[in-house]
Amino acid sequence: MKNIAPKLQADQYERNFSDLHPPFTQNAATTEALRCLYCYDSPCMKACPTHIDISTFIKKISTGNLLGSAKTIYQSNWVPLTCAKACPVDVLCEGACVYNVKGEDPIQIGRLQRFVIENYFEKGMPTIFDKLPNNGKSVGIVGSGPAGLACGAELALLGYVVTIYEANKIPGGLNTWGIAPYKMRREDSLKEVELVKSFGVDIKTEVMIGKTVKVDDLLKQHDAVFLGVGLGESPQLSIQGEELSGVIGALDFIEKVKTENWKDVNVGKKVAVIGAGNTSIDAATEAKRLGAEQVYIIYRRSDVEMSAYEFEYQLAKKDGIVFHFLTSPKQIIGKDSVEGIECVKMKLEEPDIRGRRKPIPISGSEFTINVDMVIKAIGQETKSNFLSSIPNVTLDEEGCVIVDQTSYQTTNPKIFAGGDCINGGKEVVNAAYDGKRAAQGIHAFLSDQSKGEK
Amino acid sequence: MVDLSVNCAGIKSPNPFWLASAPPSNSAYQNCKAFEKGWGGTVWKTIGEPVMNVFNRYGGLDYNGQKIFGLNNIELISDRPIETNFREIAETKKLWPDRAVVVSLMVESKRETWHEIVKRTIDTGCDGIELNYGCPHGMSERGMGAAVGQVPEYCKMITEWVTEISTIPVLVKLTPNVSNIQLPARAAKAAGANGITLINTINSIIGVNLDTFELKPNVGGKGGHGGYAGPAVKPIALHLLSQVAIDPEVNLPISGIGGISNWRDALEFILLGSSNVQVCTAVMHHGFRIVEDMIDGMTNWMNEKGITSLDQIRGKSLPRIDNFGNFDLLNRTIARIDQQKCIHCNLCYVACEDTAHQCIDLTEENGSSKTEVREKDCVGCALCSLVCPVENCISMVRIDDGSASKTWNQLNEEFRKSGKQMTWEELAKFQHKHGIEIH
Repeated sequence: MKNIAPKLQADQYERNFSDLHPPFTQNAATTEALRCLYCYDSPCMKACPTHIDISTFIKKISTGNLLGSAKTIYQSNWVPLTCAKACPVDVLCEGACVYNVKGEDPIQIGRLQRFVIENYFEKGMPTIFDKLPNNGKSVGIVGSGPAGLACGAELALLGYVVTIYEANKIPGGLNTWGIAPYKMRREDSLKEVELVKSFGVDIKTEVMIGKTVKVDDLLKQHDAVFLGVGLGESPQLSIQGEELSGVIGALDFIEKVKTENWKDVNVGKKVAVIGAGNTSIDAATEAKRLGAEQVYIIYRRSDVEMSAYEFEYQLAKKDGIVFHFLTSPKQIIGKDSVEGIECVKMKLEEPDIRGRRKPIPISGSEFTINVDMVIKAIGQETKSNFLSSIPNVTLDEEGCVIVDQTSYQTTNPKIFAGGDCINGGKEVVNAAYDGKRAAQGIHAFLSDQSKGEK
Repeated sequence: MVDLSVNCAGIKSPNPFWLASAPPSNSAYQNCKAFEKGWGGTVWKTIGEPVMNVFNRYGGLDYNGQKIFGLNNIELISDRPIETNFREIAETKKLWPDRAVVVSLMVESKRETWHEIVKRTIDTGCDGIELNYGCPHGMSERGMGAAVGQVPEYCKMITEWVTEISTIPVLVKLTPNVSNIQLPARAAKAAGANGITLINTINSIIGVNLDTFELKPNVGGKGGHGGYAGPAVKPIALHLLSQVAIDPEVNLPISGIGGISNWRDALEFILLGSSNVQVCTAVMHHGFRIVEDMIDGMTNWMNEKGITSLDQIRGKSLPRIDNFGNFDLLNRTIARIDQQKCIHCNLCYVACEDTAHQCIDLTEENGSSKTEVREKDCVGCALCSLVCPVENCISMVRIDDGSASKTWNQLNEEFRKSGKQMTWEELAKFQHKHGIEIH
């Protein structure tokens, strides 16, 4: 990199990467819980993709039944700490809270859920779940992200022998690696992994299905297989200069900031992030908080079309990120490393039949921004190469695995799938739901099979 | 111009707010400080027999995050030497001639002992005497306090010992721990008391510690009943107040106490016949300063209503107190939900469905829940409107035109005259005639 941003003082790092939303004290949690109206058939529960019985878990906080509260949460969701910290609650549970209709602040559901689960972990994860005896059947799960963990937890308690195969050295998938540290620490995700392991789930790390273990062998070893492989690399920008030193994919960058040596991660003095999704915001704010003097977000459409949530946009603006809307990168300039990025201004065409407004370049509007680093955050590609190597599994035109909406079964009856690899990239909470539902699908499938055998 | 001054049994004060005989009125320092803040009067913490307190003496009942919804105490009467109390009472009255200084008394049941303390009390220059027949703990074990208030004969006897020599007004403070509060009130009247004070605290155990199984408050591992006060007791106090206030055999001025925390509570007591009010728990929770809002709030309310003196409203709600048998059975109300205001919490639905009369339907409309009252089945019990968290969202609407009116007593009388028995069948005919269906 040409100009590396100078390192910060240790206390500055701590400040920049401390919790965005500090935890509740016991008293504050109780007070907030008491504010909850305890709605019947509540809108927040319906708005949660995993349908956590929110008013019940909050009621239990108010009576001091924190263990019972944790159990209520886990009955619907096996990664509730990650969800409490990473969910876009404004558009899910808290957005549906009846207090909004009343013109008052919604209940802080995310923070209350965090309070309950952190208390559960602090207590040493006491046993609150019933585990059925071993039923002699085995399920292999590919990927230890939220979908795989949820599927594994559910199946283990149903009596299955569960093995999760994880390519990375440290499990947890994007829960561990893909969330900005000031939203969630790596240790938080690893505690959720520990809980799942405590149910008897075996997580084999550094195992790459298709390489370390052949797909055929996987299918032979298990009675059913769940695919929770998520998505892959950032796609190429396909512009000149992409190979220069200083160009990095957003997830690679975010992952580095989640390693133990995160303070050593170098960022450029000036950084351009391409794309305006939630991952772009994470990458941009992390770069800024690691000491970058100036961070730009470059996006070819306008703020109306960007996929980042409003609260993420606000966070970025608060961090001083400069947005170049209606701007597209044309080429990355530099000799060996990045020195600048040439952009062109865009305009939006009239909406097409699907309502999308196509951006088109305005000729002669080219301009160059001097930057030392370019972070590509224009989404992730599907792992279509790997997925298409699995026998009888069908992918849609986007490269997502096609599954039955209820059972999560793929076109190969023995194989089930959930999470980002079936939806092309949604929230942790959606993956957690898929994993749990798929486990139920697997259970139904294998139970039927057993009946057939008898 | 609003005038808040009151006269309770000849004891005058510039406003109706007095400190009740309790820890806040324990000393000259406290009473004078209270007067500086604006309190209209005080009932000096009970003086009398030698006592010694235990250390831990209060227990609080918290409810839904609200501290001290109720307060229990096992404190005794004043544990300061009686000479100190007499001296400080005299000094306080001298410093604050326009405020009411009433002294609460409790001694053993001997005529001479009572005569002596009454004389010495009058010598302080105070405005009145209050006889503590209510203290439910400690003192009652020694034959005083509630032990007197619970036996009308004792109540009458001791009151006579006081009234026969007193030259200043005598108030008798009653215990609520009786089955009929009118009996000790009548005894006080018969003995020549000038007024009644009610209620003293209610027998209570505030709670049990789930870790140690000890009672609250815990005195070295032991506990017992204490006196319960605070906002939670107000409805009980209002009822007992009304019982005494409507009793023609009593017909005495009443100084009301029991969970009064603000001017609104005070007005409710006055509307049910209180001459003035006494306050303790709210002061123990927040200090003497609360009287400022009590005076201010009551003054503003009176100005808004065009009321210039509390005499104009005292007892105004009493004529409404009646027996169930005189309530109109055909005064029909039903619940109506304002769909514009509804926030879809469905609390009305679950309350009605599980615990009332199953007459609210829960349906889906445009992706959101909708609650609607099936009016023909609604009995107008009002539970839904009580659980609804939105102001004025569920209203109870009267649907009869007032042309038909029948009380239970009238109905029985009609049946009697026409030679009919009050049977389920006859009652159903009456209900059917008026479009009332009970499922």
